Amino acid sequence: MAKRVGMEVSIAAAEAVKQANVDVISAYPITPQTHIVEHLSEIVANGEMDAEFFCVESEHSAMSVCIGSEATGARSFTCTSAQGLALMAEMTYIASGLRLPILMIVANRTLSAPLSIWNDHSDAMMIRDCGWVQYFVENGQEVYDHVFISYRLGEDRNVLFPVIINMDGFILSHVIEPIELIEQEKIDQFLPPYQPLHQLHPDKPITMGAFALPAIFAETKKAQEVALLGSMPKILEVWKAFGDMTGRYYQPVETYKAEDAETLLVTMGSIGETASVAIDKMREEGRSVGLVKIRLWRPFPFEALKQATLHAKNLVVIDRALSVGACGPVASEVKAALYGNDQRPSVYNFVAGISGRDVTPFDFIKMVDKAEIEIEEGRKDGYEIYGVRE
Amino acid sequence: MTKPESEWTWKELPVGNVILEPGNASQYRTGDWKSFKPILNKELCIHCGLCYIFCPDMAYNLDAEGYFISDLYYCKGCGICSKECPTRAITMVVEEE
Repeated sequence: MAKRVGMEVSIAAAEAVKQANVDVISAYPITPQTHIVEHLSEIVANGEMDAEFFCVESEHSAMSVCIGSEATGARSFTCTSAQGLALMAEMTYIASGLRLPILMIVANRTLSAPLSIWNDHSDAMMIRDCGWVQYFVENGQEVYDHVFISYRLGEDRNVLFPVIINMDGFILSHVIEPIELIEQEKIDQFLPPYQPLHQLHPDKPITMGAFALPAIFAETKKAQEVALLGSMPKILEVWKAFGDMTGRYYQPVETYKAEDAETLLVTMGSIGETASVAIDKMREEGRSVGLVKIRLWRPFPFEALKQATLHAKNLVVIDRALSVGACGPVASEVKAALYGNDQRPSVYNFVAGISGRDVTPFDFIKMVDKAEIEIEEGRKDGYEIYGVRE
Repeated sequence: MTKPESEWTWKELPVGNVILEPGNASQYRTGDWKSFKPILNKELCIHCGLCYIFCPDMAYNLDAEGYFISDLYYCKGCGICSKECPTRAITMVVEEE
């Protein structure tokens, strides 16, 4: 039987990287991702893992090393947060353009300024369009599980995309949770060695990262777009295979008491667990509410989201990031997904919990109250930053 | 490249747009970037080869008579050969269509 142990989520993530037989780790420590890198550096230094650990001078270099190593066919890993991800941003587009299945864990943290080390999704939203498979996990077990899922998925010949696991900084990274560790034999079976389609090798020289003139650039992007959208069936297949192995089945969009609900909270990341407590409380009071949690962020699960939400009257979308000058990025996506349907719920958007401010079950209830009243009074697409002192 | 870039469809591109055929940069017609082309006055040429040495695109080749001649398939018309020629044997002229 799989062992269930109490473990800091960052340590569990590092243990998963070890169990995934990663060949190259290249990362630069930054709060709140630090414990993952520190633990991996110990594992490699102790000889518990046959991998190269590159101590680089910046996150830009961390990703550059991963691009180079992955191009040679080495399974590569990095992780970062906020400003580190910003410094790395240039290279994230290159990794996906070259179709290199690197895995990166982002322990989500607020982008400066003002300087903040606490959690929100502004870093992930900054590189939203970088062309990686991106998901937001809810708890430590999901972080651990998705390390194996991500390599199996990214390295599949029908996918070949780098993958980002977004996990909330501190809220997940620094918390001790019960984690069910999977036996190594099962992992080895689930995750075969990486067989690259194209690799840098002296026996057969190829060029990666060449120049493209305007005459062909649009064709390259169309190929990338079709491939990322087309990876959806494979994502479902890998999640299913993982579920068959562990009993833990994942979906692009998950629901909680949502089927018959008039008002749905829509969340992404660890905040979903708190929201489910609020749903239980409101249900006890007889209110028709439910919860929709978006796990897969790219490729965006338009169909699954529609299926989960179209029956509802009101959506209350919680964003943990702000597109300054517009609204919450998740709300933008949700509205876009629903727009093609004549019958669609109203979408009320709250930006909440930015820079680590706690969002309690009580806050969710207040947000649902407010949204229901506002929508009833005709303000059907309202948007506000929640809980700001006037 | 088996055919010009402008004829490739998105479905034909190798994954990650890798170039699988080494050395195909020689097929790039960089010559169509130019607006000036070098004209050699053979009477002034002293066969010193400075044009050949300085050409950033290695477009100059030695012909059978011992003159260095620019291959207009590659020449981008930068004019460095003309600038460096010690006898002013090379002049840049506007390229006509």
